[in-house]
Amino acid sequence: MGTRGHLLEPIVDRGGAAQPLLTVQGLTKHFPVRGGLFTQRKTVRAVDDVSFVVHKGETVGIVGESGCGKSTTARLLMHLIDRDLGDILYDGMAVGADLSLRELRRGMQMVFQDSYASLNPRLTLEDSIAFGPKVHGLADRPARVLARELLDKVGLRPEVFAGRYPHEISGGQRQRVNIARALALSPRLVILDEAVSALDKSVEAQVLNLLAELKREFGLTYIFISHDLDVVRYISDRVLVMYLGEVVELGPVERLWETPAHPYTRALLAAMPSMDPDRRTESAPLAGDPPNPIDPPAACRFHTRCPFAEPICGTVAPRLATLGADGHQVACHLSTPGSGHSRAPSELARKG
Amino acid sequence: MSSVVGEITPQPAATEIATGARGYWSTVARRLSRDPVSVICAVILAAILASAIFAPWLGLADPYQGSMIRRLRVVGTPHYPLGTDELGRDMLARLIYGGRLSLLTGILPVCLAFITGTSLGIVAGYAGGKINTAVMRTIDVFYAFPSVLLAIAISGALGAGIVNSIVSLTIVFIPQITRVAESVTIAVRNRDFIDAARASGAGPLTIMRVHVLGNVLGPIFVYATGLVSVSMILASGLSFLGLGTRPPEPEWGLMLNTLRTAIYANPVVAALPGAMIFAVSICFNLLSDGLRSAMNIRD
Amino acid sequence: MLVYIIRRVAYVVPIVICVALVCFLLVHLAPGDPLVAVLPADASQELAAQLRAAYGFDRPLPVQFGLWIWKVAHGDLGTSIATGRPVLSEVTRAVGNTVMLACAAATIGFSLGLFLGLVAGYFRDTWIDKVAAAIASTGLSVPYYWLGIVLVIIFSAQLNWLPAVGAGPGGSNAWSWDWAHLRYLVLPAITAAAVPMGIVTRTVRALTADILSQDFVEALRAKGLRERQVFRHVVRNAAPTALAVMGLQLGYMLGGSILTETVFSWPGTGLLLNSAIFQRDLPLLQGTILVLALFFVFLNLLVDVVQAAIDPRIARS
Repeated sequence: MGTRGHLLEPIVDRGGAAQPLLTVQGLTKHFPVRGGLFTQRKTVRAVDDVSFVVHKGETVGIVGESGCGKSTTARLLMHLIDRDLGDILYDGMAVGADLSLRELRRGMQMVFQDSYASLNPRLTLEDSIAFGPKVHGLADRPARVLARELLDKVGLRPEVFAGRYPHEISGGQRQRVNIARALALSPRLVILDEAVSALDKSVEAQVLNLLAELKREFGLTYIFISHDLDVVRYISDRVLVMYLGEVVELGPVERLWETPAHPYTRALLAAMPSMDPDRRTESAPLAGDPPNPIDPPAACRFHTRCPFAEPICGTVAPRLATLGADGHQVACHLSTPGSGHSRAPSELARKG
Repeated sequence: MSSVVGEITPQPAATEIATGARGYWSTVARRLSRDPVSVICAVILAAILASAIFAPWLGLADPYQGSMIRRLRVVGTPHYPLGTDELGRDMLARLIYGGRLSLLTGILPVCLAFITGTSLGIVAGYAGGKINTAVMRTIDVFYAFPSVLLAIAISGALGAGIVNSIVSLTIVFIPQITRVAESVTIAVRNRDFIDAARASGAGPLTIMRVHVLGNVLGPIFVYATGLVSVSMILASGLSFLGLGTRPPEPEWGLMLNTLRTAIYANPVVAALPGAMIFAVSICFNLLSDGLRSAMNIRD
Repeated sequence: MLVYIIRRVAYVVPIVICVALVCFLLVHLAPGDPLVAVLPADASQELAAQLRAAYGFDRPLPVQFGLWIWKVAHGDLGTSIATGRPVLSEVTRAVGNTVMLACAAATIGFSLGLFLGLVAGYFRDTWIDKVAAAIASTGLSVPYYWLGIVLVIIFSAQLNWLPAVGAGPGGSNAWSWDWAHLRYLVLPAITAAAVPMGIVTRTVRALTADILSQDFVEALRAKGLRERQVFRHVVRNAAPTALAVMGLQLGYMLGGSILTETVFSWPGTGLLLNSAIFQRDLPLLQGTILVLALFFVFLNLLVDVVQAAIDPRIARS
């Protein structure tokens, strides 16, 4: 096993480098909301027709306000909740057909936001980390050796921490344990759902460094979910912007930060406090709270808060369209030639 | 790696450092041992239990051997420190031997209900959906009876006897424990570590065993300890009514009943069996309170 | 609110049917011949068959259940095997005495419990609190049938102040509201009050302590409100839960009176149940249990509806 020590072998890379590690197509999840006796049943459209790919070795950030469906997306990808519609392909394989759910668990793991709630308070840290490998057939002894090795990998001395309980350590240390637990099955994809959001800034930076190092060492791929744009920019290669359950824009991180195309992305970025006076934008930051996802606005869901909204935005839903060769995509009439929006680029400009 | 090791740990409480890592139950036991009331109750219960178990080796008089000459002797009579009953049998021996059946019929139903109710409640709480509805609605039917009425109805229908009395009390307590187990399981099920366990590929049975059980056992155990107090009263109550143990077996509830004829002649002796039930019942009750605060459970 | 009440009432229907089923099965799955009480030991086969047919015991169980529930719905609980009188009239005669005993016990138990609970909650962690907690634990853990016997020993056998058994001169049918009769109620009522006293004390203590430790009470005090007004807030916030607990306790007293009534030969439903069991009078046993359980179900319903009416948060959750 060489340098991997007692670590489990990751599941085989079947598709090669060109095959996206994760392909998500039309992912949809609606939650029914119980109405009164005389009122109609309603649904929360938590995730609506979301599509994207994650390439091997990259880090894809997902940003958006709270309630925009980021965490639901994470749980859908992990198959912790069942999707209503859509396809999720892992390394080109459909779960249930080409890949069993159990195998998928080996290939894909998740770190949760609440470091305390995501550790069983009755288990020692060692037991928590060793649980997964034992489920996958490792005997107790080697599972413990593996757990201690992983504690070491995440910067916690096993001889000090192995026998401790979650309440006895700090939030940052707990999140390291959660990372170790996620890595215990040698996954190739790790979903980090607001994994550093609850930490102090100084601790957050250390955990981010750790994540970067682990990524390099184990050749991991990350999906990094956060509402903190600074952190997303620091760690991500590409970014997905979600608004009320939909993807409104996606592209390489620098491209998005330099030339955000969707008014929502611009507003998010404008709302960030910037150190550089030249970078401060003139456009108004977001006003008000996001609308209720139980009853999202028709067509473009952002049109109720958009400074450029026109009648077309409330009647025709914009589709994700490619802007450039680098994969920058946006769902907005403003950027779609011939959309009917007065500020949309002309058809000619597109052809030329 | 070195860049990330130097994280500053907020210092946990000094005692925690000195004692190192501690499991949940040993922490609870340590806290409980610092509560004088709980310790006293535990000692009393241990003494009663031990004397009941080892009764034949304590050199006591024969609890079945009566005598018409020495009926209803008062407490403090030579050779009969606690007097004699209406048939002249030694009260001390009968009270100690009586603990065997009384404790058995009081504690065993709760143990049986604890096992059944915990399993049912965890499964119902973890599975949710139709399984939950089926289990909990059935439980609701039993909640439509006051527990004394249910115990007596079942015992009355089944007929008198120790086994029937244990069966009926077990049936009475299963719904109560199931309800507690279900509600704490639902609270635990929604925690992220259950999702983390599911994400690691574990099946429902493994998750219930490793991750749910350890987290729900504490509150259920506290509740069951309190139930023993109720169970002691009910079990002896059934015997008192003539639905449990039959004469001449020594059993506190039955003794209390047969000694009712002696409340004018020898009131102290007549009250003794009830005092034993009371002692055991209140010790379990206080022990349950002690456990509850040792586990930091809010009700 | 309305939706909640409708839902809650609708939920009673299946419960009532299931309760009836349990009562029915209880008797019919019980070991032994239900006719054992009426049949002479040397009864002929024909006589047994005749009686079996007369009571309908020869039909299949589901049919018996259907017939029985049809009759129950029309107020016919069958005939007592022991007395030959209709079960319903036996039960109605006894119910009055049980209700009287339960109400007397509730008055004692609830007022004492409310007082102790409030005081303990106000003076939390002081010796007053500890004394109240000790009284509550005693009330909860005392075998109340034994408490009844001890009371009889003290107040009847030793002091000769109060009668030991019965419901007064003239038996169960000649009740009147004078001391000659009421003195028979005192000891049974105290006996039955022990458990509800303990429960109410504990509940009210926890509620009071909880409310007093909340921020809004601090704010009220900071605003200069007098203790009297703070107390009003405590009462208003504790009332829904306390009322619910007391309603439930009243139900337990009505349904679980058998031990108290047996100790004092109080002629209520409990004593009726006792004699039904020992005479193996199954129609009477079944009918009494059914009436008591239905009583309890509707009392629970009432408690829930009243609680929702005074605390709208409950209906919403």
